[in-house]
Amino acid sequence: MSARTLTIVLFVVFVLFTLAITIWASRQTKTATDFYAGGRSFSGFSNGMAIGGDYMSAASFLGIAGIIALSGYDGFLYSIGFLVAWLVALLLVAELLRNSGKYTMADVLAFRMRQTPVRVAASISTIVVSIFYLLAQMVGAGALVALLLGIKPGAHFLGMDADTAKIATIIFIGILMIVYVTVGGMKGTTYVQIVKAFLLMVGAAVMTLLVLAAFKFNLSGLLGEAAAKSGKGAAFLEPGLRYGKEVAGDAAQTFYNKMDLLSLGIALVLGTAGLPHILIRFYTVPNSKAARKSVLWAIGIIGTFYLMTLALGFGAAALVGSEAITAQDKGGNTAAPQLAQVLGEKFLGGANGGAAMLAIIAAVAFATILAVVAGLTLASSSSLAHDIYASVIRKGQVSEGSEVRVARISAFAIGAVAIVLAIFAQSLNVAFLVALAFAVAASGNLPAILYSLFWKRFTTAGATAAIYGGLITAVVLVFFSPVVSGSPTAMFPSSDWHWFPLSNPGIISIPVGFLCGWLGTILSREPADPQKYAELEVRSLTGVGAH
Amino acid sequence: MSTDAPDRYERIADNPEFAGLRRALRRFVFPMTIAFFSWYALYVILSAYARDFMGTVLFGNINVALVFGLLQFVTTFLIAWLYARYADRKLDPVAEDLNARIQAGEFDADEQPKEVVA
Repeated sequence: MSARTLTIVLFVVFVLFTLAITIWASRQTKTATDFYAGGRSFSGFSNGMAIGGDYMSAASFLGIAGIIALSGYDGFLYSIGFLVAWLVALLLVAELLRNSGKYTMADVLAFRMRQTPVRVAASISTIVVSIFYLLAQMVGAGALVALLLGIKPGAHFLGMDADTAKIATIIFIGILMIVYVTVGGMKGTTYVQIVKAFLLMVGAAVMTLLVLAAFKFNLSGLLGEAAAKSGKGAAFLEPGLRYGKEVAGDAAQTFYNKMDLLSLGIALVLGTAGLPHILIRFYTVPNSKAARKSVLWAIGIIGTFYLMTLALGFGAAALVGSEAITAQDKGGNTAAPQLAQVLGEKFLGGANGGAAMLAIIAAVAFATILAVVAGLTLASSSSLAHDIYASVIRKGQVSEGSEVRVARISAFAIGAVAIVLAIFAQSLNVAFLVALAFAVAASGNLPAILYSLFWKRFTTAGATAAIYGGLITAVVLVFFSPVVSGSPTAMFPSSDWHWFPLSNPGIISIPVGFLCGWLGTILSREPADPQKYAELEVRSLTGVGAH
Repeated sequence: MSTDAPDRYERIADNPEFAGLRRALRRFVFPMTIAFFSWYALYVILSAYARDFMGTVLFGNINVALVFGLLQFVTTFLIAWLYARYADRKLDPVAEDLNARIQAGEFDADEQPKEVVA
């Protein structure tokens, strides 16, 4: 059996297994709480695993390993930002949100405000963040399929050339995520994420052990070999090859590069606690104590995973080498699967062992993408149905049954839109969309959430100003940045309308979001409702009246 | 039913025990947030502006940058553990007690709870 066949067989097994769970979960899904929040029945550990499955995207697994393999230490910056970010969720958001909300992020933001304007703003932000993230994942999946299945340009697979296979993959993944969400709701999606997290952790752990074994568990030896093989020497183990580059003789560009690094760092650490698909996971547990436990488990799981990315990235640099990696994919996204192949050849014996390991890790990568896109689809369809349809359009006068029906239709619609957009975007470089999703979450959602929970005077005008101000600033700055136009790696490389020098808007847009929330509040004509704030505080801190 | 008295929650929020719970939460999470954010910001700023320091080799091929990065993992795990312990000891018992008293209707009456006659 070739590696390609084995990859497909393993992936099909994963798909069938998760579909079976989804159908089983659909039988347990009767109420709106089941559909949106998995019946609030998951344990802290299960939800911690699911958070890991929701959070550790292909960008984490393949992307970070690839950046470390090609640019060395700088990839580690991502791992650290993605992990430290969980402290914001643990200390400031998870438990209070669990106690005061019901199904969506907007539940908390609109708690003491006028419903319509705040829910509309929160829903727009939820959908924008989720669609950006979704597009990056789906386009990434399309790009990966040709590489992971080894379809060379000009070659054919099941009658498809590489380009057709890309489109087929995007459609296939899109359909699967729609099925998981519409059929299984939050329960089905949660189980898919738990299974994926388990597979990803086992896969990464086996590879890490084999990498370390290859260097007789001598970390320094591994790093030395990686640095030597990279051709960049000691610089490979230091920050600066990719982010915050120093351009000799161009002080302005050097300054911008360093600002860009700071900007990225801030957005990574403040974005996580504003990602709607992460926030709704806190509703799947019975109480705030379980929400705390799930974040603690998530920190343990995600932290362990990001530590392993170090071994995977430097292992790929040392054992595969940058030449072989860039020959497959310039961005380095195939570094981890290629490393799996080399490890398989070394430890499992010959070409067959290598093919088997490659196939397993490629299948895990596809499972990873599926679990993340399902979570994103669920978050945006929940917000459309619960915030826009049930609260804004029907003013709460709607039966649970029809609300859930609308949520399923929304999941279908969002999935369909995502498929179409991803097909149009597949030839464009959209990798920046993940960073943009984090920036919007940190600039619009996080200020609104923190002010809502902790600032008594915060008003409706403040909430909408924070969300729109942060969202629009982040999107506009990126639109006029070098990642969209005016650079060889831009989304539109042949045009140039850029005037904002940074690729990451966070360093401007996050303060703007907080400032807008503050200004909107002090300038608003209607004062905050002290009784509603007292109710929010009592509920969020004691759990009284929590759903 | 006085359960829905408009000022019910304000009465609870003004209760000294509740005020203590709010203070206990904020006393931990606000300084800790400033601490971990500053510590992380220091790491990012050093990565951008103090490359020579970050590149200092400690032993073998292990440099300051790697150790500093790993320390971010250590402090994240440590803060998570400290918070779990703090919440377990200082926050949960008070929150559970208040929750039980609110559910029992202690704050429902329009007047303050009657003094217990000894």
